[in-house]
Amino acid sequence: MERLKKEDAHPKILQALLDAETEVISDDVLDNEMILNMGPQHPATHGVLRLLLRLDGETVIACVPELGYLHRGYEKMAENMNYLDYIPHTDRLDYLSPPANNVAYALAVEKLAGIEAPPRAQYIRMMMCELSRIASHMVAIGALAMDVGALTVFLWTLREREKILDLYDHICGARFTTSYTRIGGLAQDVEEKTLKEVRDFVSQYDEKLDEIERLLNGNRIFLERLEGVGVISYDQAIDWGLTGPSLRGSGVNFDLRKATPYMFYSEMDFNVPVYKEGDSLARYFVRADETRESVKIIHQILDKMPRGEVMLNAPKKVLPRKVEIYSRMEELIHDFMLVNYGINPPEGQIYFAAENPKGELGFYIVSKGEGHPWKLKIRSPSMVNLQSLPVLVKGHMVSDVVAIIGSLDPVMGEADK
Amino acid sequence: MTMEKIINKLKEKFAGSILDVTEFRGETTVKVKPEIIVEFSSFLKYDSELKFELLEDLTAIDWAERKNRFSVIYHIFSIPNSLRIRIEVPLGTADNLDSVSGIWKTANWHERETYDMYGITFNNHPDLRRMYMPEEFEYHPLRKDFPLMGIPGSLPLPKK
Repeated sequence: MERLKKEDAHPKILQALLDAETEVISDDVLDNEMILNMGPQHPATHGVLRLLLRLDGETVIACVPELGYLHRGYEKMAENMNYLDYIPHTDRLDYLSPPANNVAYALAVEKLAGIEAPPRAQYIRMMMCELSRIASHMVAIGALAMDVGALTVFLWTLREREKILDLYDHICGARFTTSYTRIGGLAQDVEEKTLKEVRDFVSQYDEKLDEIERLLNGNRIFLERLEGVGVISYDQAIDWGLTGPSLRGSGVNFDLRKATPYMFYSEMDFNVPVYKEGDSLARYFVRADETRESVKIIHQILDKMPRGEVMLNAPKKVLPRKVEIYSRMEELIHDFMLVNYGINPPEGQIYFAAENPKGELGFYIVSKGEGHPWKLKIRSPSMVNLQSLPVLVKGHMVSDVVAIIGSLDPVMGEADK
Repeated sequence: MTMEKIINKLKEKFAGSILDVTEFRGETTVKVKPEIIVEFSSFLKYDSELKFELLEDLTAIDWAERKNRFSVIYHIFSIPNSLRIRIEVPLGTADNLDSVSGIWKTANWHERETYDMYGITFNNHPDLRRMYMPEEFEYHPLRKDFPLMGIPGSLPLPKK
């Protein structure tokens, strides 16, 4: 094996690190600065995130994140496939909450095409979004606790998530990559029996969360590792474009479900948890409280769940049912046209943003009236949230970097697209 | 403040520089000249009534036409007004634009990504490096003339 040469070490990143502004001065200077390469293969970076840290002793003076190790070119692929084909790829963005991505994408394309799914489909979509929010926050809380040394919590939160994955399995036949939505509706309806299972799950959830919180909220090590670590102020948080729990942990009351209501969120009664401190602990509290609100929303959804179709009746835009394709000529022709030529939304451009577990997931679609988008841009919350990392870690210890990444909860599948 | 009032206010202030205002599916797009983008952005952000403080997204479009190839797109949200505005900046034959990372810090990475994917350079950007692709990569993958299958040999494999 050849030795790495100097030009193999990506000098531009190193230069960026050395040029990074810093006002951090360590009290006990060791007189030898060190550059530490953290990741891309590192269990605490939640995926393939690479950080270049400039250290003085154990204090971080500057930090440059490097993304792209999981870049799969989803935006390029979207320009070359039709709208329906792209749904499975949205699963692989934020792979901890696939249904929420499916829903955001379906709503974006429906907005572009000017159609709307029937109420029952919208209610089921909302239920899936909130279930995925709980599942995603469970991983976030568990991984954060594990990052600061509390291993038990991870097992307990994953147990709750496992129950939700089982529900996914009953609802759409897949535990992980759900691909549940279609343009104009859902892949299939949910059975009453499954709805009852969802009700059973949310009824016992509050108690389980109390148990998890009893492990953490009185845990002195956990609190001291997070309190006052990675503080970002109200104005800074907006300036750096943070969204989701990370933004609300800094005291900004901004939730897209309230600010620009979509589906039937305007009819739901729920609060938006906001904490003013802006540190890692506040971001953890926001996540824990949000799952309680999600449970509240799911109860209301199950109470109000309307009956009816889950696919819109719009033959030029929406896939017909399989039974009809095999028995009727008209539907066969429509299916052929939709699969081969796409849904051809009118010329125009739309931006749709949904409040996902990680923050604002936006789809910007430019259509030229063809079966495939001319351009599709994914506004991924993880990537934008990660951008504030150099600000958050400045002046903290190396071990705090791990806790701060955990509190931002990035998913690299989404950050790298 | 409603979107109508905001548009009127912008038209008053930047009379000659707003090229077009369009609406589609309830979203407003304001097309402005590239020269005023920094001034226009800082007005949107700092005006006490508009307060478009959250830059949600920044990207570009390759129209694949010779004369007017690129447009740069901004999505900005005003939290007090609960309104989103889209700014479209047609670049004409140029492939550079002034950076807005001095106004919204979050624009930094978005502009890096746009540079990486489209090869549009942003003037006065503090750290214009590639975002996703490796440093030694020579192409800009989201340009329409870059093939979907990639270019053989463009990504060197590690030495054995």
